[in-house]
Amino acid sequence: MHMTATTVSTFTYDDLPALMSRMTGDDKHTSSATSTLDVLWVLYHHVLRVSPHLPDDPERDRFLLSKGHGPMAYYAVLAAHGFFPAAWLDGFARTGSPLGHHPDRTLIPGVEVASGSLGHGLPIGVGLALGLRAQRSPARTFVLVGDAELDEGSNHEAIVVAGARALDQLTVVVVDNSSSSLGWPGGLAARFAREGWAAEAVDGRDHEELIRALAAHHPDRPTAVIATVEPKE
Amino acid sequence: MRDRFACVTAQLIDADPRIAIVLADISADRFVGTARRRPHRVINVGIREQALIGTAAGMSLAGLRPIVHSYAPFLVERPFEQLKLDLSHQNLGAVLVSIGASYDWPGGGYTHHGPGDVALLDTLEGWTVYVPGHPDEVELFLRAAATTDDRVYVRLSEQVNDAPHARSDGRFSVLRTGTGPTVLAVGPMLDRVLAATAGLDVTVLYAPTVRPFDAETLRVVLAEPAVVLVEPYLAGTSVARVAQALADVPHRVLALGVSPHTARIYGRIEDHDAAYGLDVAGLRSSIAGFATASPSLVRMVR
Repeated sequence: MHMTATTVSTFTYDDLPALMSRMTGDDKHTSSATSTLDVLWVLYHHVLRVSPHLPDDPERDRFLLSKGHGPMAYYAVLAAHGFFPAAWLDGFARTGSPLGHHPDRTLIPGVEVASGSLGHGLPIGVGLALGLRAQRSPARTFVLVGDAELDEGSNHEAIVVAGARALDQLTVVVVDNSSSSLGWPGGLAARFAREGWAAEAVDGRDHEELIRALAAHHPDRPTAVIATVEPKE
Repeated sequence: MRDRFACVTAQLIDADPRIAIVLADISADRFVGTARRRPHRVINVGIREQALIGTAAGMSLAGLRPIVHSYAPFLVERPFEQLKLDLSHQNLGAVLVSIGASYDWPGGGYTHHGPGDVALLDTLEGWTVYVPGHPDEVELFLRAAATTDDRVYVRLSEQVNDAPHARSDGRFSVLRTGTGPTVLAVGPMLDRVLAATAGLDVTVLYAPTVRPFDAETLRVVLAEPAVVLVEPYLAGTSVARVAQALADVPHRVLALGVSPHTARIYGRIEDHDAAYGLDVAGLRSSIAGFATASPSLVRMVR
């Protein structure tokens, strides 16, 4: 079964700024507002086996946006791939809108986890990958975190558990815009590699690189992709 | 209770492919054999309580029914935001089973005491809270919880009643009726409440299921509009539930239970019981005093 969302997308990558403008009212977006944009587009357009027509398929890949702050890029990509009507974007964060400043899985089709408070998505992703493995599911689990989000100690509990359990169906993508206050001396890839992950840093704006790194599967090891983008202003 | 929990949980894991257990080292030795047979459904994350709850939430998201176990303060207090967000906010279920209760290890001191666990869960929506008073009730509640997708907390204790009295429908059991106040004994408090109220003209209810709170039975059995809560955790935890149940009835409430900070005395469980007035003598004194305070006296004080 192949079910990437490409089959239902009527939007292209070039439409994303206009979709985001329906939420922000801005014609141009800062790099911090778009730090996740390329990773999200590549995931939904090229990597994830998901379909808005099969939202409960037990074998669908799972994507967890752990870094729930600034979800406009996420909403734009979901709308572009048919998970909800683009018209929803116009009501962003207004009373009664399903789209808030932090996503809620109970309100938005295609959203697998409610996020906002940092450091929750990766531990949940570890449990999700363990639960899918227990059911012999071929589904992969992807979790997007920010480099500053990794300040939260809960992530490091999860990084150790995933490495020790050899969770090969789990991929973490860290969008690194150098926003961690104390930084990550030696680089984030080393942090994951030390716990037994297959880890590499790639250009977070280079779609070919992202497709290759995110599609990669390493037997007996979880995967970490550090997607480096411009530093947050 | 801990032995029965481990035994029943192992049986559930073997019998039902949906059931898994997530551990943070505590009691991991009880599940070594099960882990060998079911390596993908016995997960010990080590001493990592945030990952404990997050992992359980993820397994629930995958369609499993996780049982999650640790010492009460490390299961409820330390990862409280994970209970709030990873389970409640995601609308996911799990069965939390704690040991240690309020002061089951007196020598461990306050770091290992969890008197506030039920009060904390009361700040969240939709939790079922079981406080069994007997190993048979542990088994009853665990097997019931395994068949649902609800958020469930099972609070085990070293303190045990002589016989089980729990009803499977979650209602309070009526163990004694009188014309004076109604005494609500929660879980392991029952035997001492029965001893302390011997010869007193009171009604005694047994409450091993505290959430949801069986307001209907309380209203039905209520004689004098006066309620004594005897809870093995933070005193006053269920006062708001009594107030809701009797919102239209002028009533009195006496809330007995544990203090927010347990006594710095180490020693034996019995020493702590006495320190909070939860031994038979302390309970009899408090309940008898409350029962003899007539409504007319209360009006005079006002």
